[in-house]
Amino acid sequence: MRRDPLARKGLLRRLPEAWRQPLAVVGVVIALAWVVIAVAAPVLAPHDPLAQELPRLAPPGPEHWFGTDQLGRDILSRVMYGARVSIPLTVLLVAMSVLIGGLLGACAGYFGKWVDESIMRLADLVFAFPTVILAMVVAAALGASLTNAVLAVLVVAWPAYARVTRGLVLGVRGREFVLSGRLLGFSAWRSLRVDVLPNVTGPILVLATLDIGTALLLLSGLSFLGLGAKPPSPEWGSMVASGVEVFDSWWVATFPGLAILTVVLAFNFLGDTLRDALDPRTARAIKERAL
Amino acid sequence: MARTLPPLARFLIRRVITAILLAWGITLVTFVLTNLVPGDPVAANLGQRAMNDPAIVAQWRAEHGLDKPLWEQYGLYLQGMLQGDLGTSQQSHRPVAQDLAEFVPATLELAGAAILVSLVLGVAFGVLAALRRDRLPDHVLRVLSLIGISVPTFWLALVAFYVFFYRLQITPGSGRVDPALGMAPGVTGLQTVDALIAGRWDVFTSAVGHLITPALVLALYTIGLLTRFTRSAVLEVLGQDYVRAARAKGLPGRTVLFRYVLRSALVPVITVAGLAFGSLLSGTVLVEAIFAWPGIGQYAYKSATTLDLPAVMGVGLVVGVVYLVINLIVDVLYGVIDPRVRLQ
Repeated sequence: MRRDPLARKGLLRRLPEAWRQPLAVVGVVIALAWVVIAVAAPVLAPHDPLAQELPRLAPPGPEHWFGTDQLGRDILSRVMYGARVSIPLTVLLVAMSVLIGGLLGACAGYFGKWVDESIMRLADLVFAFPTVILAMVVAAALGASLTNAVLAVLVVAWPAYARVTRGLVLGVRGREFVLSGRLLGFSAWRSLRVDVLPNVTGPILVLATLDIGTALLLLSGLSFLGLGAKPPSPEWGSMVASGVEVFDSWWVATFPGLAILTVVLAFNFLGDTLRDALDPRTARAIKERAL
Repeated sequence: MARTLPPLARFLIRRVITAILLAWGITLVTFVLTNLVPGDPVAANLGQRAMNDPAIVAQWRAEHGLDKPLWEQYGLYLQGMLQGDLGTSQQSHRPVAQDLAEFVPATLELAGAAILVSLVLGVAFGVLAALRRDRLPDHVLRVLSLIGISVPTFWLALVAFYVFFYRLQITPGSGRVDPALGMAPGVTGLQTVDALIAGRWDVFTSAVGHLITPALVLALYTIGLLTRFTRSAVLEVLGQDYVRAARAKGLPGRTVLFRYVLRSALVPVITVAGLAFGSLLSGTVLVEAIFAWPGIGQYAYKSATTLDLPAVMGVGLVVGVVYLVINLIVDVLYGVIDPRVRLQ
């Protein structure tokens, strides 16, 4: 592996400072807690998330901590099981956006000319379109299901990565170590993989961390509109939507909404700190304080 | 030809041409998207019984021009669009242009109020955080603004409606004005403006009351975003030599802040605010449903779920054009704020 020695060292040296930031620690703790809940939901959940039992619409109490919904299902258990639906899908979604957008952006930046033009104009087109409405149209057209909602968000999410990757690749492309690789006879693909990509991963990972929150908000928003998860499935957005019907029973909508909020917040805490640490301008400020 | 025109005119012409190309792109994307996917507008609009009758299906398709080849459908659409005809909504059975004229002002009023609130609060919070860097106000504002960008809008709308209307009863309920008062007649379609023009003080206060909660809910995300951006933009400028020089020659703090710091820090902030306005417009989809706000958000939702293609394209077009106009305004504002841009 050949890397730009300066950039690499800088990245590694800056990362530990990020962990001295309390917000990042809080973010990691919340995110880890949700991962544990998602994995251990069958053990942790006090009730079956789909079992319909009396009483219906019970307020939060010792038996049902978060109360029950209009079908008598335990909301705490549904929120816990919801983590198994929303979190893996969101991570998968962002990973796919990074992969597709990153690859297209890298090609655009590396090859230039018509490849660049056609990919970036396509990205511009998606940018010009209002995000939620485009996602809504795609989801409605494909048919309401969680998979299609993920595809719909993917359609609107990849251009951001394409743009950032392209810019970063453009910056690295002309550097000596890349050119010397090419002169040694590296193929375009090998040069891209060995010399270019390792030098652009840092900023893209930060963007991805920040984007997990946005993707979850959009995905649960589509479910809230009835364009995502199907009814019995414990998905947070659709659980909030079912709370609209039983307005008096505030607990039906409140707890799944808090679940979305805490997950998004955790990733934003983490992403915000990472961005500060990797951004040379603010990094200086952090370092000054650490000294 | 272009050489002889003044720079501003040349710049505007180039921007308008780009805008037209993008608007055309938007119609193309919506058209391709809504036609290539498996969803069938016939099934979405006709009942099961009508679906079984081939004659009714054929007639419906002919009525909406769906029996023609795709490229011809698109050509017809473009032709109509140039004459101000956006087709007929399959849901409301009215011209899409007429539907939009009714719903767009409501959304613009909501999103406009939200962006105003966001700019005022976001810039104020951001400046405060930057000036008190690494002290208590900065930390508190950082957590608050991150919470602001993390809250699911649709959930917040529900919570706000429950708390302020249902429980505390300090805000009026859904809609744009108290139905007992009636809407103020007027040209702009913005209730607050129309009521003022008509001199209806009662309608104005009612409209403002109805506007406050949904606008604040919608604005929270943008407030958080602008706070973060303003903070880092101001911090960057604060470290510049010319700011230090201004301080050193004894200028009062307020002069330094407004004349020296904010003037250059606001350029990136305005770019972000322009971009945020676009997301505010589409964010209304999630807020309008809860507050029964009769805007294009609800219209877009109803059209998308019933695959009402002319209506969806109309909404996409309107939002796209608003977006482009906002960006144009932002570009012109650059010149006002930053003389360096004017010189180019």
